[in-house]
Amino acid sequence: MAEENAIIRTQDLTKAYGSKVAVNHLNLDIKKGEIFGLLGPNGAGKTTTILMLLGLTEPTLGSAMIAGYDCTRDSMRVKRITGYLPDNVGFYADMTGRENLRFTARLNGVPEKEIDSRIDELLERVGMTWAGDQKTGTYSKGMRQRLGIADVLIKDPEVIIMDEPTLGLDPEGMREFLQLIKQLSIQDGRTVLVSSHQLYQIQQICDRVGIFVDGALAASGRIGDLGKQIASEGHYLLEVEAEPTDDRFLGFLSSLSGIRDISKEGDHFIISSSRDLRTEITAFLGTNHYTLLHLRQKGGDLDEIYRVYFEKAEEKEKEDRNARLGSGRHGKGRVRGSAEK
Amino acid sequence: MQGLEVEGMEKAVSAAALKNDLQTSQTGGLEKNSRLLSEPEERERERKALRFHSMSALYRKEMADHISSKRFVIILAVMAALTVASVYGSMTGIRSELADSGSSMDLSNLFLRLYTTSGGSIPSYMSLIALIGPFIGIILGFDAINSERNSGTLNRLVAQPIYRDSIIIGKFLASATLIGVLVLCSGITVGTAGFLFSGIRPSGEAVMRVLIYLLYTVVYICFWQLMALLFSVFTRYAATSALLSIALWLFFAIFVGLLAGVIANGVYPVNTDYEQSVNMIHYYNLNLGLNRVSPYYLYSEASTLIMDPARSTMGYSYAQIIDAYTGFLKQGRSYLSLGQSLLLVWPHLVGLIALCFFAFETAYVGFMRQEVRGN
Repeated sequence: MAEENAIIRTQDLTKAYGSKVAVNHLNLDIKKGEIFGLLGPNGAGKTTTILMLLGLTEPTLGSAMIAGYDCTRDSMRVKRITGYLPDNVGFYADMTGRENLRFTARLNGVPEKEIDSRIDELLERVGMTWAGDQKTGTYSKGMRQRLGIADVLIKDPEVIIMDEPTLGLDPEGMREFLQLIKQLSIQDGRTVLVSSHQLYQIQQICDRVGIFVDGALAASGRIGDLGKQIASEGHYLLEVEAEPTDDRFLGFLSSLSGIRDISKEGDHFIISSSRDLRTEITAFLGTNHYTLLHLRQKGGDLDEIYRVYFEKAEEKEKEDRNARLGSGRHGKGRVRGSAEK
Repeated sequence: MQGLEVEGMEKAVSAAALKNDLQTSQTGGLEKNSRLLSEPEERERERKALRFHSMSALYRKEMADHISSKRFVIILAVMAALTVASVYGSMTGIRSELADSGSSMDLSNLFLRLYTTSGGSIPSYMSLIALIGPFIGIILGFDAINSERNSGTLNRLVAQPIYRDSIIIGKFLASATLIGVLVLCSGITVGTAGFLFSGIRPSGEAVMRVLIYLLYTVVYICFWQLMALLFSVFTRYAATSALLSIALWLFFAIFVGLLAGVIANGVYPVNTDYEQSVNMIHYYNLNLGLNRVSPYYLYSEASTLIMDPARSTMGYSYAQIIDAYTGFLKQGRSYLSLGQSLLLVWPHLVGLIALCFFAFETAYVGFMRQEVRGN
């Protein structure tokens, strides 16, 4: 639908290291001006994808484009309009914050006359004016991240790519940092691609997310849409607590149809099912003189979405593996298990 | 097979197109021609400007880094101590030689002896530089790439619009400039101090010899800087690359000489009188050839030839010696003229530069192929 104004686009982007496929036929469309969250566990291929977008590593297959420039062949132009905040950003420890920024500005060919005023402005913006003349070796993690934002902005990029930017920040620093990222998109109209495995934090600021598992995109879209999608596919997760918690109640729960799994977490039962069970459970509790203490339908939040897609991708992989193995020793049981869904 | 055919066809097509362009430009006049050429030309210019921008920014930063670093203070102190000590040493050496031999001493090229004479327990300037020089090169290069990688600045750097080779070239040039300045300063200081304290006046030829010698020294130290840079590309920790560089230096300075002797003796034994009379020349040539693999030997040999023209008749092929001797005879002199010296040492310079290129190219290719990611 947004084919026309996609600023970052990958087509069948694939990267293999030997026989290990780090990124597998990734098709990504990121619209101009949005914040896109690339979410996935460690080792899912997020950093590799980013490296390919910046032309720092060559794709095995497929292509990536930023603003119409091919990321591999035209990487200089791409790097001129793209700011990159790497995971665990580092600065030259013997130079002050200002000197570090000045160096980046010169690398990008910012005119000498403009450099100082731009540095002042950016330091102010990230709230680092007070530390601009300190050596960066003395900076804390949070300060380095802020300076990193200033460093990215000094070239006035259209696209900003951040790799795990919130890692290691304290809650307060995290909140302010996310605010800063949000501003980049809303005030400046820049496109932001954030990769992370910290779902809750990123959820707050992303327009759209892509769930990235084992090198492939398991799902992408608005968070709300993803939640609905899961529900419509029959993934429900219910938290129930009732008094008394006896075997009869548990027996009733396991007798319900469509139950996939029941587990106990503290005093709650966590029931995973393929349909909405709330009416039946409340009816049962009411007629049998139980006291309902807690009932909550989970889902719709990122953690849940993530869990479901992650499980789905894992199951799919197992299926693939079993299909490859044919009728292997353990093959049948697993295929049947996942086919029940 | 198919791919090749297609490529070939494309080439043919583009050649035809080019021909067409040429014809139209000839017939259609200048305006069309310039329009056809302008876009790629502009792109090329833009690329060059970008390359220059980013490389000069990196060069300036590296330079500032070096100069403000503690290790530079150490290098300066070492160079200063080396210069002062060798001036003192050579002066005492020359003085005692004069006292011993009196008026019979050969006074030609006395100025050069400021660099080649050892005195008391202090080695000559030349041997001190041959010893300390590599360390200066290594200190300036051993953590060029890996320290940036470890501190997380390299992945930030490569994400800027800078060509990767510019990174290596910029770093090399910054260190090479410093090496050049240091060597020239210290070398000229030795001559000046000698002149001021002893009144030994240099001839034009002597000055030329000193400058050429200093040029060799710069190339030699740059080689060690490049070797250290090479190791810094391929090793993860700065300490590893420093140790590797020093190990290589020890190997070249000490073990190549020993090995060359052993190998040459194995191939052409010279243990008995008979063997010596038969094999000596082959043994000698092989030994020398093996020794010349070492940049340390190349440099030492070249600097002796340049700076000690009266003594240097050791270690050349027959052709070279005959060449040089006919040179002597023509000019009726007892030492090599500047031209003759240069004739003998230019292969050494070529060899040293080739070694530099080897180190640089390997570092370059390795760095271009590496994937730079966080941590």
